[in-house]
Amino acid sequence: MIKLIVSALLLIALASVFAPLITPYDPDEVNLDALRQPPSLGHPLGTDNKGRDILSRVLYGGRISLSVALLAALLSMGIGLLVGLLSGYAGGKVDIAVMLVVDLVLAFPSLLLAIGISVILPPGIYTVMIAIAAVGWASFARLVRGYVLSVREAPFIEAARAIGCSTGRVLFVHLLPQCIPLVIVMMGLKLGGYIITEASLGFLGLGAQPPTPSWGSMVSANRVFIVSAPWMIIFPGLAIALTSLCFNMVGDFLRDRYGTEIKG
Amino acid sequence: MRLYIIKRLVLLIPLLLGITTITFTLTKALPGDPALSLVGERARPEVIENIRRELNLDRNVGAQYIGYLKLLFRGDFGRSYYTNRKVGEDLLAKFPNTLVLAVGAMLIAVPAGILLGFISAVKRGTAVDRAISSVSVIGLSLPVFWSGLLLMLLFSLKLRLLPPSGTGDVRFLVMPALTLSLPALATLTRISRTSLIDLFGMPYVRTARAKGLPEHRVRFVHVFKNALIPLVTVVGLDFGSYLNGAVLTETIFGWDGIGRFAMEGIIKRDYPVILGCIIIGTCVYVAINLLVDILYHYLDPRVRLHGGND
Repeated sequence: MIKLIVSALLLIALASVFAPLITPYDPDEVNLDALRQPPSLGHPLGTDNKGRDILSRVLYGGRISLSVALLAALLSMGIGLLVGLLSGYAGGKVDIAVMLVVDLVLAFPSLLLAIGISVILPPGIYTVMIAIAAVGWASFARLVRGYVLSVREAPFIEAARAIGCSTGRVLFVHLLPQCIPLVIVMMGLKLGGYIITEASLGFLGLGAQPPTPSWGSMVSANRVFIVSAPWMIIFPGLAIALTSLCFNMVGDFLRDRYGTEIKG
Repeated sequence: MRLYIIKRLVLLIPLLLGITTITFTLTKALPGDPALSLVGERARPEVIENIRRELNLDRNVGAQYIGYLKLLFRGDFGRSYYTNRKVGEDLLAKFPNTLVLAVGAMLIAVPAGILLGFISAVKRGTAVDRAISSVSVIGLSLPVFWSGLLLMLLFSLKLRLLPPSGTGDVRFLVMPALTLSLPALATLTRISRTSLIDLFGMPYVRTARAKGLPEHRVRFVHVFKNALIPLVTVVGLDFGSYLNGAVLTETIFGWDGIGRFAMEGIIKRDYPVILGCIIIGTCVYVAINLLVDILYHYLDPRVRLHGGND
């Protein structure tokens, strides 16, 4: 089962990466002779109201959605690792203060925060990444901090300190590698949600700007045609749902296998 | 208990100060005159002059911040750039609609989620459990703006059972509430399954079984009742996801609430509206969290025993 899901995910990723090679159409090419055509052999997923090939647009949109979600996850992981390591290792008042902020961010409606960010930054993929990471780092920080607290007094850390390692060396050479497996599991659990957030922000018009295709903005731009040409919104939405589902299942699998201490 | 509530209320102060500082900074960061960006460019000159005086724009940043707080405290969020209406009044008018939608979604998600989680936990490892788990993973993976559109396509445009969009009685409420409830339903099913499975392994459950209680009594009285308490927190803390979802669901179904208001604000770059929605959303979120915590302390005698310590 898991092999099937991973293959599906790889297929989606590869198809998006190599979109320029496989798609017969330019995703932005307007074709007035093929407006709103239902799925057919020539256009497997149909065309939109400007005659653009939906399959091509979905594949190109995948490049944006996947890379934004992945980069946002890496950014969240990076910030979370740093904050978690420092907070857990420092302990005391620093730790209490940092965890207060983490709790606040964790439960705060992420879309509201993203909307707030969109007030200062112009809409676009970087805004989306920042918006996702602005919320996402907190779960990583909490996880890493918990782990660091539990091994802070372990013999291997004590030994490292005893032979005169600097705090920086203890943190980044001895503790950091220990956190990597946990963090990877967390990434698996979070990526599905990031795909959805990316799509939601795209739907709200805060993501990649037209004519660049992204899954969320395709659904939003085409929703007036829901009756006359439902394929125009069904397929981009299906791409979001399937990708998110695959990530969620891989995340669940990783958690059950390697990270039972992670709840959620 | 009273001490605990006071403590929580005191803790609210830095939180609200933090949020208003952020929105204040946003106002300052906007291009142009802060007074203009607060009231909108179409406001009358004397109004702008008033605001400028209120905000102490000729004074230092601290005084300006206090002026900003004073305005907010009076419910004065300025006027929309486009409609020139008072944002505060619009927020007040639209808030009940969002509340109705969120409560409607909770009425679907909470009983259904807990029930599914309970069935899943009782039938752990069987085909029923696997089916429920799969469905909940799928529910977690559906973007609400898409599932909402599909529901609309099916129920209003094909079957013609429900009106596709608008604000109104329960017929208008069904689809947006259902859409909004889906992710919460999935999350709740997963969480209640896990916590119930944990409870089934507790020694007191073994004791209950060992003394010969019928299985249904063990399940419903001993396990289920105990599981409800932590689930209250989960339901409450998940309220943020309803606020998230409300922006998307209200937009799709034309439900006249805060979420759609925010969305329109974003599209038109109507800053007073966006800031007003953020402030209201945050206040609601904070209030709900406080309520949940207080409720939790009332519900769980173990917490009440040393209430005020955490």
